[in-house]
Amino acid sequence: MSAVRVEGVWKYYGHFPALRDVSFQVEPGACLALLGRNGAGKTTLLKIIAGLSRPADGHVLVAGKEARDRETRARIGILGHGIAVYDELSAFENLKLFGRLYGLRDPARTALEWLERTGLERVRDGLVREFSRGMRQRLAVARAFLHSPSILILDEPFTALDDRAIAVLQGLLEKALADGRTVIMSTHQLREALQLATNVALLNRGKLAYHGERTAEMLADPGWLYRHYGEMA
Amino acid sequence: MIFLRQSLTIAVKDLRAELRSKEAINASLSFAIVILLLFSFAFDPSSEQTREISGGLLWLVFAFAGALVLNRSFARELTNDCLEALIASPVSGAALFLGKALSNFLVLIAIELLSLPVFGIFYNVRWTGQFWTLMMILLLATWGLTVIGTVFSALTVNLRLRELMLPTLVYPILIPALLPAIQLTSAVIAGQPLTADLYAGLRLLIAFNIIFTALALGLVETILVG
Repeated sequence: MSAVRVEGVWKYYGHFPALRDVSFQVEPGACLALLGRNGAGKTTLLKIIAGLSRPADGHVLVAGKEARDRETRARIGILGHGIAVYDELSAFENLKLFGRLYGLRDPARTALEWLERTGLERVRDGLVREFSRGMRQRLAVARAFLHSPSILILDEPFTALDDRAIAVLQGLLEKALADGRTVIMSTHQLREALQLATNVALLNRGKLAYHGERTAEMLADPGWLYRHYGEMA
Repeated sequence: MIFLRQSLTIAVKDLRAELRSKEAINASLSFAIVILLLFSFAFDPSSEQTREISGGLLWLVFAFAGALVLNRSFARELTNDCLEALIASPVSGAALFLGKALSNFLVLIAIELLSLPVFGIFYNVRWTGQFWTLMMILLLATWGLTVIGTVFSALTVNLRLRELMLPTLVYPILIPALLPAIQLTSAVIAGQPLTADLYAGLRLLIAFNIIFTALALGLVETILVG
């Protein structure tokens, strides 16, 4: 069974088709780099896969179930454009909150483990509004990985991260892939993405222009895909 | 059980965040006190007149001050894209709504309870004569205000003019709850016993709450996800 199956998905903003008949599958344990220029529909597609939005037509199955299914959402970890943690709560309270919402057996212990993994244990009781940008980003990474999701959806995960947060995230992603988890990430940082990716999908104005395995050619020349399948191809 | 636990987690989170930032509480409470003060200067009513208008005055103040709390309910989730994280989590829209409604309800009740003594002092009215009956009316009408306000807070969260849209949408729908609440509050403050007419008002409030709570719980998932 595919980890994620996208079938004939359409999405409109007003009359504008943001996604046009997009179909592909992601196998368990794969890492899909979702590429495309700004406005190509990457974020819209990721939101539909994560159950944040419904398609106008077509459907998405995650591990054989609907994306909005409660069980499905418990399997997904999402790291979007925002850090998705509360400024008025401490780092520990934020992670404990999401641990409770995800039904973890011991949210407090898991929160402490993740604070340690992301190097935030010394500021566990500090309010997030007092954190530096890098600390907030590491907390966001901890929040996304907290419930050990089997599918990770990352929307431009490396954008605006500081060096330490990038190192933390890369380490966690490599471990997640080694553990057989599925990763879908959109990014403009081709070289970093292609190094991690096993598969590549390229969106062009809402249409899937390419979907297949990441090849040695792409790794050697990150611009190759855009030259052959991009808008100017 | 999971549903209630998740709702309580959301309610506790919202209350904790509000008590630390005090954004909505400060704005709403000062608004309520200023309006009560201004009305007392503007009309200088006699004791008899005050009893007659007390219900209308109090519910006008509670409804407008409440809008300031309810507007922040879902809007506070926009900071850092927290709303997306909540919708993506295995929390149903109904549990999220109920948690937010509970937290809003407690904040509104606290503001109302702090405003009542101010009303008593400014207007020289003894409002504690039928204290528990007044509390029952406050609880019922405030739940109605909370349910409608929380739903429309979710509906307008992505609108640029949400501060204007929320009251515009909420008040017309609230009329069936506000009218009996005004009537009952005036009667209770005037020291009148509850007549059959007033009991009908109470029943209307209860029916309003049941119908709109059920509708809100059923519709909020569609409002949030589409």
